[in-house]
Amino acid sequence: MKKNKINRRDSLKVIGLASLTATTSLVPGCKPAGEEQTTEDHAHHHDTASQQKGFKDLSEADQQLLKEKFFTEHEFKTVEVLSELIIPADERSGGASEAKAADFIEFMMKDQPVHQTKMRGGLKWIDYQCQKRFTKNFIDTSSEQQKEILDEIAYPEQAKPEMSQGVSWFNTLRDFVATGFFTSEIGIKDLEYMGNAANVWQGSPQKVLDKLGVSYDDDIEYA
Amino acid sequence: MKMQTNNKTYDVCIVGSGAGGGMAAKILTEAGADVVMLEAGPFYDSAEGDMFKWPYNSPRRGAPTHRPFGEFDAAYGGWEIEGEPYTTTEGTEFGWFRSRMLGGRTNHWGRISLRFGPKDFKRKSIDGLGDDWPISYEDLKPYYDRVDKLVGVFGVNFDPSLGLENEPDGIFLPPPKPRAYELLVKKACEGMNVPVVPSRMSILTRAHNGRAACHYCSQCNRGCSTYSNFSSPPVLVNPALETGKLELVLNAMAREVLTDSEGLATGISYVSKEDGQEYQVKAKVVILAASACESARILLNSKSSRYPNGLANSSDLVGKYLMDSTGAGMAGIIPKMMDSIPYNEDGIGGMHLYMPWWLDNSKLDFPRGYHIEFGGGRRMPSYGFLGGVHKYNGKFSHRNGNERKNGGGGYGQQLKEDYRMFYGSVVGFAGRGEPVALKDNYCEIDPNVVDKWGIPVLRFHYKWGEYEKKQAKHMQDTFEEIIHRMGGFPLWEKPGKEDDYGLLAPGKIIHEVGTARMGKDAKDSVTNQFCQTHDVKNLFVNDGATFTSMADKNPTWTILALSMRASEYIIDQKKQMNI
Repeated sequence: MKKNKINRRDSLKVIGLASLTATTSLVPGCKPAGEEQTTEDHAHHHDTASQQKGFKDLSEADQQLLKEKFFTEHEFKTVEVLSELIIPADERSGGASEAKAADFIEFMMKDQPVHQTKMRGGLKWIDYQCQKRFTKNFIDTSSEQQKEILDEIAYPEQAKPEMSQGVSWFNTLRDFVATGFFTSEIGIKDLEYMGNAANVWQGSPQKVLDKLGVSYDDDIEYA
Repeated sequence: MKMQTNNKTYDVCIVGSGAGGGMAAKILTEAGADVVMLEAGPFYDSAEGDMFKWPYNSPRRGAPTHRPFGEFDAAYGGWEIEGEPYTTTEGTEFGWFRSRMLGGRTNHWGRISLRFGPKDFKRKSIDGLGDDWPISYEDLKPYYDRVDKLVGVFGVNFDPSLGLENEPDGIFLPPPKPRAYELLVKKACEGMNVPVVPSRMSILTRAHNGRAACHYCSQCNRGCSTYSNFSSPPVLVNPALETGKLELVLNAMAREVLTDSEGLATGISYVSKEDGQEYQVKAKVVILAASACESARILLNSKSSRYPNGLANSSDLVGKYLMDSTGAGMAGIIPKMMDSIPYNEDGIGGMHLYMPWWLDNSKLDFPRGYHIEFGGGRRMPSYGFLGGVHKYNGKFSHRNGNERKNGGGGYGQQLKEDYRMFYGSVVGFAGRGEPVALKDNYCEIDPNVVDKWGIPVLRFHYKWGEYEKKQAKHMQDTFEEIIHRMGGFPLWEKPGKEDDYGLLAPGKIIHEVGTARMGKDAKDSVTNQFCQTHDVKNLFVNDGATFTSMADKNPTWTILALSMRASEYIIDQKKQMNI
């Protein structure tokens, strides 16, 4: 066994490397929803090489899962459009597309197949709703039409009973998109999470203590 | 199949490399014994772990698909292991968590390092339930002291005015300063007379015995690259290997203890997971430290004409009195913590403050206590980030102060703002309590099922009693009041009687103990106070199996102290030629 292989200084180096890797791995994602996407633009979804940028130490099984496809091109595109509608780009950060939330959801369908039927069925459900109302699939409807249908399933307490299956599916999709965005590099930056780094903990800053109206007890000798 | 025998006879064969086995290996090799250690899993060095990984370094973003505590957790294993099943009797449940790897579950555990207190050894004398241990706190105190010094643990000795006399003093490194939100919890608890005090964790806040101080990345469960927290391989097994007296056999799944015509233990028969072959290793003393249930399984499977119901089982108590800590939890959103100020709040891998048991059970409708662990704030965003937001965002106005006309849920810019607003504002509370030891909670050998190595598997029979359910109710009421006093809202509805007040299934807290309990009387216990089996004098059980009762505390520190004490007893008995 290697004993005390990494000391504090070394661990700082490791972190430097880690963040460098992470920075160089940032690949721009799909264009935000609404912009026209060519087949070529979309091709990176199945481009294993670009997907693996940013990934580390993947097992062979995971690499295999990455190569497999669950969503059809149409389904994937629908997930992308929906993801960007759920978490759009704004002045502070990119949206779910840039964070590759749809790639994450695609992977999770294969990684945890228990989600497959609900997700595929939900995508079919929303297309059917749009066909009935607008004679178009969801991604081909106008943004007003997309808003109309989403407003009917995105607010569980207000939703009509006949929309309950859509509500249930959308709740799951919303949660997936939230993880897809906020665990991505841009999502973590958006939240200004500042950890996952070597640190010398000396307590919370005064302004944080002040915000919560608390202060340190001087009786205890802290590290 | 060919049986292969190693002709060397070791002084001691230890089964298991976790807290109990690691401690035994260190003490015995340093005393000069020739020791062989069997570990059912592969080599593991936490320096190679997943520390500092970001969720986006994996396509599953850390999801717990293969590891119950997330993809980057150190434990190889979980409640289910392919090819190594267990069963439960109808109408009962038990989840058996196993980490098949060098160091076992010490690689991912919570590092909460609580000594048992004076009352914890004498519960029957206090409330008439269960049994007293054959030892008192004073018997174990010197060993706890030495474990503190050897391993390193931070904390403080509590002011007597707090009335926490069942939380003994220790030899502590200084504790880390509390996080601001932890002080907010403390403030809320002041009105309830719930003490919120520095936690006691085996994480180094100062360099200690050649190991570096913590670098506060908050990822102890992933395994530490600088060995700044306690796990068995760097702290116990490695020093044992350095003596040159320890032979480590990895991927060695113990099948049974071998005995001779005198009825003494002569070694272990095991199957190598590397080549599928059977091996026998001979030793003058055998120590089982494979986890409470695995050690019971090995004993029960060690059947012979002399020992038809398994080894060291003349009392018929091997496997009985199985206990896991009770557990229940609740989380709340605290509006004061919303729109939190960004800073690196990681700290150590866990809580800087906690609540030890503070009440007098004679005034309550359940007999034993629990401690409260809590955590939250601005942690690394991870898989499941603010999941189920539609269930609670409707309770709050929009970030810009606008009324939420459509209720919870939503999408788009306002939802994105919600996530930003809520991030860092959740605090979760978890109670970990003491069950009453019951003979009718047990593991036994399933008569019909073997694992893929052909070893008969355990069948569990475990039910919580009314005491444990009432305790869980008390936990939930307490958590709810703390959250309310913080000005917050519970994230989900408080579970009621029909859900056993959210009491988690037995085994979920991963504190299995009691299956070879120690006692004075050979008819009523499996081992004596030195973890030596009453029936076989050269056979010891150095894991949590010997606990006569649980406590409202985590078991690891007591396993370490008991194993140290038992190991020195072995050395002493060897010198006196008694074994």
